[in-house]
Amino acid sequence: MASAPQNKPRTLFDKLWDAHIVSPETADSPAILYVDLHLVHEVTSPQAFSALEARGIPVRRPDRTFATLDHSTPTTPRRKGQRPVYISPAAQMQVERLEENCRHHGIPLAGWGSPDRGIVHVMGPELGLTQPGMTIVCGDSHTSTHGAFGALAFGIGTTEVGHVLATQCLLQRKPKTMKVHVDGRLPNGVGAKDLILAIIAKIGAGGAAGHVIEYAGPAIEALSMEGRMTVCNMSIEAGARAGLIAPDEVTFSWLQGREYAPKGAAFEAARLKWRALRSDPEAEFDRVVTLDASRLAPMVTWGASPHMAGPVDMSVPAPNDGDAAKALAFMGFQPGETLLGEPVHTVFIGSCTNARLSDLREAALIMAGRHVKPGVRMLVVPGSERVRKAAEAEGLDAIFRTAGAEWREPGCSMCIAMNGDSGRPGELVVSTSNRNFAGRQGPGVRTVLASPATAAAAAVAGAITDPRRMMEMCGAA
Amino acid sequence: MQREPVRQIVSRSFALREHNIDTDQIIPARFLTVTERGSLGDACFRDWRFHADGSPKDHPLNRVDTQTHTILLAGDNFGCGSSREHAPWALWDFGVRAVITPRAGDIFKANAANNGLVVAEIDPAAHAALVEREDEEIRVDLEDLSVTSGNVRASFSLEPFARVCLMEGNDALGYILARQEEIARFEARRT
Repeated sequence: MASAPQNKPRTLFDKLWDAHIVSPETADSPAILYVDLHLVHEVTSPQAFSALEARGIPVRRPDRTFATLDHSTPTTPRRKGQRPVYISPAAQMQVERLEENCRHHGIPLAGWGSPDRGIVHVMGPELGLTQPGMTIVCGDSHTSTHGAFGALAFGIGTTEVGHVLATQCLLQRKPKTMKVHVDGRLPNGVGAKDLILAIIAKIGAGGAAGHVIEYAGPAIEALSMEGRMTVCNMSIEAGARAGLIAPDEVTFSWLQGREYAPKGAAFEAARLKWRALRSDPEAEFDRVVTLDASRLAPMVTWGASPHMAGPVDMSVPAPNDGDAAKALAFMGFQPGETLLGEPVHTVFIGSCTNARLSDLREAALIMAGRHVKPGVRMLVVPGSERVRKAAEAEGLDAIFRTAGAEWREPGCSMCIAMNGDSGRPGELVVSTSNRNFAGRQGPGVRTVLASPATAAAAAVAGAITDPRRMMEMCGAA
Repeated sequence: MQREPVRQIVSRSFALREHNIDTDQIIPARFLTVTERGSLGDACFRDWRFHADGSPKDHPLNRVDTQTHTILLAGDNFGCGSSREHAPWALWDFGVRAVITPRAGDIFKANAANNGLVVAEIDPAAHAALVEREDEEIRVDLEDLSVTSGNVRASFSLEPFARVCLMEGNDALGYILARQEEIARFEARRT
């Protein structure tokens, strides 16, 4: 198949795709797509390494592979030198298997004791491993996070992890494109998490299936890199294959000086190349969705899928299908009622969606001088060792501790609840993570997704509340 | 590596009518600490089938005989959520050999194909008709990409390469490994 003629306007996605085609797709076979960076964690990789061993083949490019420990790892604070205590021997074995696989294949690992260790989608960007123009994959659906840098980044299964380990390539059909154009600017007290929840509510849980989303428009350009990562992170929650944002000066200055980013003249050369990574003005998308950011409010979810979301002061909608009715029954919410004042048992601040330094600052701003409501448990889990260190350097840990929250070690923690951090049956958890699926945070646990500010406000009030009230009080004080 | 080739699946069906059944429902995350394969049948839909204390719930899934019922009729957007390949592994270990749904999650679909699990996405009306006939025999045919049961007939599409892999029992890795020289040329061209 001939490549597109040079004069045909291309989307950012087209440019990334075209630059990584080892062999183009035909009617009979998918394209062979080259992978620049393969991120690996302990949960989705052991069977892939076993598949290589069964065939007696090596890892093709350990230098393009980078591993960390995040999903099965405990986050309970430890004294210096104290060994981690796992939820189960299986969890420990999974971690040890990755350590062993990395040693054996020469793959760099940000393991226990490494200052680089963190949730894979927090770690990659902060080390500068994630760069514009790359293809990035990981056995994890939130790999779309890295799209915030103008990289084509998406989650894959374990068999495909094996393909990439063995060949540095994947078989892929070219997905369709969707542009989400966000006009206006976000009102005060409304952030990137609220924006992406509003986008998912509009598109639906499967609405972007088969598509790569490019987020664009003034409200997107105004976001910090952290905010852009939060937006791209949850693309999969609308069913999208990946999310993308064109890199700009915000991206470049964020990357400059990071450990694995190009240095000096090489950085300037890269910057010139990266500037071309944007959709041509006349480029066509298969679908276009538009939103006005200025009309948004802090968002919360009312159901058991991330698209079941609305403004924090909404009335719970009447169910329009059996699934919404089932979700409401699970959540114990009544159509027409307000969620404001709904009692909360646990608050979780963390995950690859919202555990970066800016997220912790946002929560700390609410918590400073206030206290977690007695009876409410609040966990604050930094996204990485670097985030933890930076947060401790500016005293955020002390704010959380003084307020009565638990300050934890980095990891995925209660987002996926497979390391022992979980809620109890029936509890209502306000969580800054990305999925409110029934039982995701523990059997019978009910999850309300929200921003760090909304979650922190819920911890203080002991109930779902509009965080802007507490922000105004900050301003007045 | 060779798998059992799949050309037709003829079996009775069972239905899960819910839409957006995510991979956390198919297999809760606390069962993802395995390092091997082939032992996830008990974990499949665990929290739908069992109470926290391990006693079985009164759920239709606990009455499915997978000796005779290997075709799952699932609601729209089945397998959305995480990329865990443990989802198709768990379904396979439970005894499911084909999933018929109006639409499945992208990553789930790719993972299923890599494990010999057939995912047939069919027209919602035909799907509804099959759900009406839950428990009846269904024939899923990869030769002509059709699903038939009684007078209900629907066609589905399958990515052509994945279809060949399913029908011949091949896995895709061998195909990419055979292109190593091309990959090396690509790497040389870019540096």
